[in-house]
Amino acid sequence: MTALDRPRYKVIGTRPVRHDGVDKVTGRAKYGGDVRLTGMLYGAMLRSPHAHAKIKRIDTGQAEAMPGVRAVVTGQDLPDQGDRIVELGEGATNMRYLSSNVLARDKVFYTGHAVAAIAADNIHQAEAAAKAIAVDYEVLSPVLDVRGAMADDAPILHDHLRTTSPTGETETSDTPTNVATRLLHEKGDVEKGFAEADVIVEHEFETATVHQGYIEPHAATAHWNADGKITIWTSTQGAFTVRQQTAELLHVPLSHIKVVPMEIGGGFGGKIPAYLPPVVAMLSKKSGRPVKIIMTRAAVFQATGPTPGSWIRLKLGATRDGRITAGDATIAFEAGGYPGSVIGAGVGCLFACYEVPHGRVEGLDVCVNRPRTTAYRAPGSTQVAFAIETVIDEICEQIGMDGLEFRLGNAAQEGTRRVDGPVFGCIGMRETVEAIRNCEHYRTPLEGKFRGRGIASGYWFNAGMRSSVSASVNTDGTVSLIEGSTDIGGSRTSLAMQLAETLGITAEAVMPTVADTDGVGYNDVTGGSRVTFATGMAVVEAGKDIQQQMVARAALIWDVEERHVHYTDGSVEGPDGHRLSFEELAAQQMTTGGPFVARGAVNAPGQGGAFATHVVDVEVDPETGKVQILRYTAAQDVGTAIHPSYVEGQMQGGAVQGIGWALNEEYWYDETGDLKNATFLDYRMPTCYDVPNIETILVEVPDPAHPFGVRGVGEVPICPPPAAIANAIHQAVGVRMRQLPMSPPRVLDQVMHTQS
Amino acid sequence: MKTRVVSTTINGDATQLLCEPRQTLLEVLRDTLDMTGTKEGCSNGNCGACTVIMNGRPVVSCLVLAAEAEGAEIRTIEGVAQGGRLDAVQSAFLEGAALQCGICTPGFIMQSEALLESNPDPDEEAIRFHLAGNLCRCTGYDKIVGAVKEAAKRRNAEC
Repeated sequence: MTALDRPRYKVIGTRPVRHDGVDKVTGRAKYGGDVRLTGMLYGAMLRSPHAHAKIKRIDTGQAEAMPGVRAVVTGQDLPDQGDRIVELGEGATNMRYLSSNVLARDKVFYTGHAVAAIAADNIHQAEAAAKAIAVDYEVLSPVLDVRGAMADDAPILHDHLRTTSPTGETETSDTPTNVATRLLHEKGDVEKGFAEADVIVEHEFETATVHQGYIEPHAATAHWNADGKITIWTSTQGAFTVRQQTAELLHVPLSHIKVVPMEIGGGFGGKIPAYLPPVVAMLSKKSGRPVKIIMTRAAVFQATGPTPGSWIRLKLGATRDGRITAGDATIAFEAGGYPGSVIGAGVGCLFACYEVPHGRVEGLDVCVNRPRTTAYRAPGSTQVAFAIETVIDEICEQIGMDGLEFRLGNAAQEGTRRVDGPVFGCIGMRETVEAIRNCEHYRTPLEGKFRGRGIASGYWFNAGMRSSVSASVNTDGTVSLIEGSTDIGGSRTSLAMQLAETLGITAEAVMPTVADTDGVGYNDVTGGSRVTFATGMAVVEAGKDIQQQMVARAALIWDVEERHVHYTDGSVEGPDGHRLSFEELAAQQMTTGGPFVARGAVNAPGQGGAFATHVVDVEVDPETGKVQILRYTAAQDVGTAIHPSYVEGQMQGGAVQGIGWALNEEYWYDETGDLKNATFLDYRMPTCYDVPNIETILVEVPDPAHPFGVRGVGEVPICPPPAAIANAIHQAVGVRMRQLPMSPPRVLDQVMHTQS
Repeated sequence: MKTRVVSTTINGDATQLLCEPRQTLLEVLRDTLDMTGTKEGCSNGNCGACTVIMNGRPVVSCLVLAAEAEGAEIRTIEGVAQGGRLDAVQSAFLEGAALQCGICTPGFIMQSEALLESNPDPDEEAIRFHLAGNLCRCTGYDKIVGAVKEAAKRRNAEC
């Protein structure tokens, strides 16, 4: 579908004020930490000071006797899980690992690993009591990086762990290891492919552990009622996954738990795991009172789920006229204290932007004494984009080809097969490269010393998955839309807009509500850039359900056959000029037959995938190594932009996170495994003074799977920035950065190295 | 831990409250007075989510002891809209889509109010410099800066 074919929408593409906006600018919106219940207690956690240790003994006696203390729980209070694997949130999870990550059992695997929890009358009493819990540790040597963890003499985290190969090519060895999983994907014949290449570039890369950096810490409140029913109020990316995780971890029936999703202050993937709900539930059970815990900022850094740091070896071959012939890579991701990093995604994304005829990608999931990693916005993709997009830049330099021309010449398109197997449908990779080539930023020459320009592309899969909604028509011509996708960035409005478009009414006439787990049907998590797409499909289905009910009602009112009646453009029309608007039918629904109540439930297919290409101008200070971003433009295939302001917002927010990842953010551990920079001061995220405006180009290549052509937009913007900036630094001062972050000391070191 | 009575003025209303010496203004606002519009992001002064205006200056309330509120004039996000009407900064944030998750928004609004009171027509450089103590992870700051510019324009048009 080209721009000329694009349907003319009435609501889609406009910029209504979001429905939840007034509460958010007046401070009335209630987030996870804002819950207040009668008799509520405040909880605090005791966390391990050691990166790797056995727990010999926990003595809570003194703590229990302290003023205001009402309950204490440790790992012993959680039921044994055996070795169950359960499908949760975003992938299969080993319940024993999940449970002991919530509260440690016989070992701790990272500094900050939760060991005990206290509930007391106020937070100060809880914190004081936590300090009074005595834990005997047998301290073990930690291993903090993937290569160290793969060495023969590495400390072993899990004695029973053996490497599994889901792609089936390796026999399971019986040697204890920290490598939980090995993946291998092959396409064609890489030896042949490299033989055909005129230029081959091979390098190793390292990227540091980084955190999603959401401003709101994790928070949860639970009340375990006298009838055994548990209510949990929490900010989460998925009320249903919280319910399921809590039910599985506590061995209570799903139906005994109701999860009320509060407004959420950022997630980016990090608020899918439920760290606190099982803990507050148990504290509530023991004390008979509601209990609230808000994680400290230090604990958020130490003990939630950052994204994997990585080591990547990449070899890429191309012909002199710019055709990729072969690619070969080994990617090792930090799993953290327990297995289960996003290595599968990293492996799938590495070559995804390009047609690679011969490819081989090996992926390793490696346990290290860091917190158990989880998803962070296009998880795994930014790491691999850093490798391939800088190698491509180097190849282009060697063959004297423009980077955009190279990318166009090799761009993945409909029918391209990824090295890990799937074939692309309708996608917009080429279009994003062309958009950069044609944009004003790119056409403006960059002048000045120590200044350089870099480009990079990126890819993310985007998910489909399951969503349910219900919708009730009100007699005043409005619709109450009940949905279950927690709203991180304005999605309840984009969903209201899709329903409004379907019915031919205004966005303001739809009132969206994010309901709790008793109030709406099942919804998978808000993640994977899936809500506007998949929950949107459910919303459209509900809209069509309303249309059908109104058609049937009008046929009844006019005493004609239904097949002569149709819904069009906000009205129902029948024979002989009969016509009733949506509002008129809504007004008389109760007296003509009863309420119009509709539903939509989908198990959406996967999306076509999202592509982005970014261009950045930087200036490098050769005396300090500081990199200043001068200008930044992000082009992205957004399918159909339902609410352009929020699509732009996703692109700008993702780009700035990527800039932080590129230039400053990293976990800094000392050799004992203590995280030294667990504050916003020293874990340095971009402030508004660090970045310029992020210009956005919304390219629209609609995804045919969705009624309005929606394509998920939230994640891919974070993929290109580190590579684009690395390429710009190279143009500016002639150094190739192969480590993230490209912080001032590292850039300066490379500059001085080159000068000498 | 001896509690003390603190007499202060919050959003123009005389307020008396009991607090312990170790409690911060942030804690007392949220947990004692149930004014949860002021948010906790880090509790050590690095993110600005807890920004309130105290005696005319923006402060991070997590680093102000509750006892220091004695005799002070404090303005929080709850006091910005007057008579149920959003002010220029709030409207500009809303219409400019300058929030996504909204957790940083009260802090940004308070800091922006303080900025516009001291500099009614700031340029982009001044806005970015003045707001650098408020972290946002969702928006990339573009639309926030745009909203502050728009709010300044609207306010200056009103005068």
